[in-house]
Amino acid sequence: MLIKKPDSIKSSEITSESVYLNRRHFMRGLLGTTALLATGSANAVPEYEFEKDLPIYRGPDWMQQKIRESVRNTALSTDDKLTPYFHVMSYNNFYEFGTGKKDPARHAQNFQTDPWKVEISGEVGKPGVYNLEDLIKPHLLEERIYRLRCVEAWSMVVPWMGLSLGDLLKKFDPTSKAKYVEFTTLHDPDQMPGQRSRFSTLEWPYVEGLRIDEAMHPLTMLAVGVYGNAMPPQNGAPLRLVVPWKYGFKSIKSIVKIRLTDKMPNTTWNLMAPQEYGFYSNVNPAVDHPRWSQASERRLPSSLFNPNRVDTLPFNGYADEVAELYRGMDLKKWF
Amino acid sequence: MAKAKSKALGYLEWWVVFLLPLAPLGWLTYNAWIFNLGADPAQEIVLETGVWAINLLWITLAITPLRRVFKLNWPLRYRRMMGLYSLFYAAVHLLAFATFILGWRWDLLLKELSERPYIIVGALGLLLLIPLGVTSTRGMQRRLGRNWLKLHKLVYPISLLVMVHIIWQIRSDFGEQLVYGLILGFLLGSRMYFYLQRKTRVMRAARAA
Repeated sequence: MLIKKPDSIKSSEITSESVYLNRRHFMRGLLGTTALLATGSANAVPEYEFEKDLPIYRGPDWMQQKIRESVRNTALSTDDKLTPYFHVMSYNNFYEFGTGKKDPARHAQNFQTDPWKVEISGEVGKPGVYNLEDLIKPHLLEERIYRLRCVEAWSMVVPWMGLSLGDLLKKFDPTSKAKYVEFTTLHDPDQMPGQRSRFSTLEWPYVEGLRIDEAMHPLTMLAVGVYGNAMPPQNGAPLRLVVPWKYGFKSIKSIVKIRLTDKMPNTTWNLMAPQEYGFYSNVNPAVDHPRWSQASERRLPSSLFNPNRVDTLPFNGYADEVAELYRGMDLKKWF
Repeated sequence: MAKAKSKALGYLEWWVVFLLPLAPLGWLTYNAWIFNLGADPAQEIVLETGVWAINLLWITLAITPLRRVFKLNWPLRYRRMMGLYSLFYAAVHLLAFATFILGWRWDLLLKELSERPYIIVGALGLLLLIPLGVTSTRGMQRRLGRNWLKLHKLVYPISLLVMVHIIWQIRSDFGEQLVYGLILGFLLGSRMYFYLQRKTRVMRAARAA
C-alpha cells in the first residue's frame, strides 16, 4: 500500500520566486550601500536571466547573504559585451579537472567547496588558518566586469563578484618584508582527477604569485562569485584570484594558501616551461608566445561566420591603470 | 547464386567502409548546425578534423602490418581510400583553420605559417600528402612504375612530421601524444623488422650460393 506523507513544508509557506527577488532589491536598498550608490561609482547588481536548464550555484547561506548586499563597481567595470553565462561556466581551463575545455564542467560538479579554510602565512602580523566565511564577511562584495585574456589567444568578458585582494591582505598586517604573495590551489587527487594523471608535466599543487604592489593594486580581485551568484566549481570555487591585465593562468583557482614572502615565488607554468611562461605574464601583444602570436585574440563566443577577432591591447586594455607598476622595466625580458 | 551473394556482400562492405570515415564530419556538421560545439566552435572543428586526419593516416599505415603480422588481407582493398580520406580531413583541417580561426586574414595567415613551428611542420605534412593523393589512381601507378613505390614511401616522413606537429602542441599533458607515438612506433617498427628479416635472408642466400 502506498501511504502519501504530507510534505514537511506546506506549499503556501514557500516564498515565491518573484517575492524572493523583490526582497533582494529591498535588502539592497536597506543596507549601507546607498552611500556608495550615491557617489555614482557603484550600481545595483542586475538580476541576470539564465536559460532554464543551466545550473546556478548559490553557495552557503552566508555567501548568499553577502551576494544580496553586493553592488556593482562601475568605475572598474568595462562596457564590453558580456560573454554569456553558459560559456563562462562551460568553457574552462582548470587542469585539476582535466585538460579539455569541457572537462572541468563535467568533473567538478561534486567538488566540496564548503566548508573551506584558507591559510594565511609568512610576512604577516596575524597568520593563521581561517574559515572562508570569516575572511569574506567583513567586506562588501563588489561586482566588477573584467576582460579575461587567456594565453591561448581567446578572451571573455566576465562579471565577477568579490573584493580587492589588497583590502583583505591589509587586515592581516603585512610586514615590511612582504615583497611577494604566493597562492596555492587545493591538492586533493581524490577530488581532482587531473592531479591523478600520470602524463601531466605540471606539478601539483598549482602555485601562483604576484609582486606585492600588483597584489595591492585596486584592480586585483579575490572572486567568490560570477553572474550574481556564487562561483561555479569549474570556475575555481569558492575563492579564486582575478588579475585582469595578466594572462588567465595567473588567476589561480580554489585557493587554500596565501603566503606573503620576501622572495619571488615559484609559479606552476613557469616551472614547467620557463622560456614560454614568465613570472609576470602581463598581456602583451608585442611579445609572442613561442608557439603562437599574441597580437590578436578571439573574443568568445565566436561563431563560424565571424571569428570575432580583435586586436590585443597592452595590459589587456588596463595600461592606464597598471603600466605605472612596470615603469623602467624591459617587458620583453620580464615577460 | 553463391557468387552473386558474395558479390552483393562485397558491395555492402565497400559502402560501409566508404561511409564510416564520413561519420566524424557528419557529427561535426550536425553539432555546428544546432550550435552545440560550445563557446569556441572553430577550435572544436579544427581539432576534430585534425584528429581524424591522423587517425585515418595511422589506419592507412596499419594495413600492411595487419597483412604481414595477422595475415589479414581484406583491408588492403581500402588502403587507398583511407589514405585519400586522411588527405581529405587534413585539407578540411587547414581550410577550417584559415576560415574559422583566421577569417582569411592574410597577414595573420602568413605570420602564423612563418612563425609557428608546429604549423609549419603540419602544413609541410599536408603539402607532401597532396602528390600521394594525386598519384593514387591506377593509371598513375602504372605510368610511374617503380617510382610510384619510391614516391609513396613519403608517407613515412609525413607520419613523423605529424608526430612533431602534435608533440609541439603539448601544453602539459602528453597522454594522447604517447598513445599516437606508441602506435606509430609499432607500425614503423614492424616494417623495419620485416625489412631486416628480408635482408638477412637475401644475404644468407647469397652466401649459400
